[in-house]
Amino acid sequence: MDLTLILFIILAVTAIATALGLLISRNAVYAALFLVMNFACVAIFYLLLGAPFIAMAQVTVYAGAIMVLFLFVIMLLGAEKLPKGDVLPVQRPLAIGAAVILLAEAVILLVQRFQSTAMLQAPGTVENSMDSLREMSGLLFTEYLLPFEVTSILLLVAMVGAIVLTKQEKGTRG
Amino acid sequence: MTQSDLITILPLLALVVWACALLLVDLFIPKGRKGWTALLAAAGLALTMGLTLAQAGREASGFGGMLRLDGFSTFLNVLFLGSGLLGVAVAYGYLKRMDLERGEFYSLLLFSITGMMLMAQAADLIVIFLALELLSIPLYVLAAFARPRADSEEAGLKYFLLGAFSTGFVVYGITLVFGATGTTSLAKIVEVLAAGSLGTGSLLLTIGAALILVGFSFKVAAVPFHMWTPDVYQGAPTPVTAFMSVGAKAAGFAALMRIFVMAFPSLSADLTPVLWALAALTMFIGNIIAISQTNIKRMLAYSSIAHAGYILMALVAYGNPAVAADSVASALFYLVAYAVTSFGAWSVVMSLEKPDAKGLEINDFAGLGRRNPLLAAAMTIFMLSFTGMPPTLGLVGKFFLFRTAIEGGFIGLAIIGVLTSLISAYYYLRVVVTMYMREGEPQAEGEYWLTFTTVVTALATVVLQFLPAALFALAAGAVLK
Repeated sequence: MDLTLILFIILAVTAIATALGLLISRNAVYAALFLVMNFACVAIFYLLLGAPFIAMAQVTVYAGAIMVLFLFVIMLLGAEKLPKGDVLPVQRPLAIGAAVILLAEAVILLVQRFQSTAMLQAPGTVENSMDSLREMSGLLFTEYLLPFEVTSILLLVAMVGAIVLTKQEKGTRG
Repeated sequence: MTQSDLITILPLLALVVWACALLLVDLFIPKGRKGWTALLAAAGLALTMGLTLAQAGREASGFGGMLRLDGFSTFLNVLFLGSGLLGVAVAYGYLKRMDLERGEFYSLLLFSITGMMLMAQAADLIVIFLALELLSIPLYVLAAFARPRADSEEAGLKYFLLGAFSTGFVVYGITLVFGATGTTSLAKIVEVLAAGSLGTGSLLLTIGAALILVGFSFKVAAVPFHMWTPDVYQGAPTPVTAFMSVGAKAAGFAALMRIFVMAFPSLSADLTPVLWALAALTMFIGNIIAISQTNIKRMLAYSSIAHAGYILMALVAYGNPAVAADSVASALFYLVAYAVTSFGAWSVVMSLEKPDAKGLEINDFAGLGRRNPLLAAAMTIFMLSFTGMPPTLGLVGKFFLFRTAIEGGFIGLAIIGVLTSLISAYYYLRVVVTMYMREGEPQAEGEYWLTFTTVVTALATVVLQFLPAALFALAAGAVLK
C-alpha cells in the first residue's frame, strides 16, 4: 500500500465525516465550519490528482470567500440555532428505513451482477494536463472555448436573476 | 473559429446576443410601454427561427464535436422557439394585468430558450450540463417573478433547491461516466464502448448513466421525482408555467434522447427495466392524483406529469435498434402535440385568471359554455386532445407512442398507457362538463394576443391531425444517427 493511497483513505474518511457533520449538525455555524473542512479535503484531493491551480482556487474561492459570506449571512440573520424536533415525527425512522432498504438492494444487485470486487477498482488514468497553469489556460481557450463562453453567459443570467429578485421598485407592490 | 463552428452556433449566437442587447435596450423603454420589449423579444425569436429554418437539412458539427447541428436539433429548436413566441404572446397582457410588468422577464425568457437550444445541439456532457443550468436558472427566477406573492416565492425557491439537488445527480453521473470512459464527448464515448475495452469501468458507467437519468427525470417531472411539479406550476405566474411545462420538458427529453439513444444503447439491458418502471409509475400516479384536484393549475400540473410518462413509454424501447428510430420520432411527435395542446389549455386558464390567484378553481369554469362559447369550445378541444380522443392531435400522438411500445415488445406498458388514458378521461371531461352543464358567470379576459394564442393552438390541435404523416415524416427525419 503506497503513501498516496493511505493519504487518500484518510482524506476520504474525513471528507465523508465532515459532510455527514454538515447534515446532522443542528447549529448552522458548525455546519458551515464542517463545510469549510470538507472543501479543504477536496482541495487536497485536487493536489493529489496533480491539479495545483484548481486546489488553490478551491481554497481561496470556496473555503475562503464563499464560506465567509455564508458565515456572515448566518450570523446577520441570527439563524445559528435550528428549532428542535421534526415536523413529522414518523419522517426520520421512515427515511432511515427506506435508506437501509435502498442500500441493501444496491449491494445485492452489485454483488449479483459483478461478483468480484475487482470491478470496484478505478479504471485507467486519464491523461493529465492540469499541472501547469499555462497548459490549462491554453486548453480553456481552445478545446473548451464553448463551455467557457457558455459559463460566462450563465454568470450574467444568474446576476440578472439575483437583481430581478431583490430589486425594490417604486410604484409596484414591492 | 472555423466556418463549421460558426454555422453550428449561429442561431444560438444570434439569440444570446439579442437577449443581451434587449437587456440594455429595455432600460430606455419607459415603464408602461414594455410592449416594445415584448415586441423586440418576439422579433429576436422570429429572427432566430428564420436562421434555424434556413439551416434546415444541413448537418454540421463544431467546437471539436461539442456542438452538433442536425435534424434532431433543428426540429427541437423550432419547437423551443415556437413555444417562446407563444410564451411572449401570452405573457404580454398577463404581466400588464397582474401588475408584474418588468422588462427583464423577456430577456430571461430568451436566455432560457438559448439554454434549451444548446441542450438540443449539445453532443458533449459538459455542454449538456451547462445547457441544463442555462435553461434552469432563468426559470427559477421567472417562477418567483410574481414576488412578493408568497406562493410565487415558494415556487421559485422550491424549484431552485430541488433543481440544484437534481443537477447534482447529473454532475455526479457525468463524473462517473468520465471516470469510466475517459471522455465527455458522446461520440468518443460511443467509440470507447464499441472498442469494448472498458472492462472494470462498466460498473461505473452504469451507475453514471443511472444518475444522469435521475437528474433528467426530475427535469421532465417523472414519478418519483415529480414532487415539486404541482407546487411550482401552481405558484409560478401562469405564462411561466405554460412555457415551463412545454420547454423545460422538451429540453429534458432532448438530453435524455441524445445521451441514451446516441451514447448508451449498450446499457439498455440494465436501463430498460428502470425506464419501464419510471414510465408506468409516472402514467399511473400522475393520472390518479389528478382526479382529486380542484385547482385547474394543479390538475394541469399532474396532467403534465402523466404526459411525461407517455413520452417515457416511447423511450423504453430505445435499446432495440429496430425500434430506436421510431421511438425517438414518436417521442418528438408527441412533444409537439403536447406543446400545442398544453399552451392552449394554459392560455384558457390565463383568460379566466384574476389577480391574487383567483379564478383558478375548476368550478370557476362553470357557465363558460354559454358565456363565452369560443373559449369553451377551445378548452374542450384541448381536454379531448389531452385525453387522446378524436378529433385531435393528441389521439394521433398517443397512437404513435403506443405503436412504438408494442413494436418494442412492451405490450404490458401499452396496456397501462391505455388504461391510464381512460382514467384521465374522467378529470379532463369533468372540466368540459363543468363548462357546459353548470350555471355560472365567469368573466373571461378578451385580450388580443391571448385570444390569438388560444385560437391558433386550438386550430393547430385540430388541423395538424389531418396531416400526421407529414408531421411524423418531419419527426422521423429528425432522429439521431
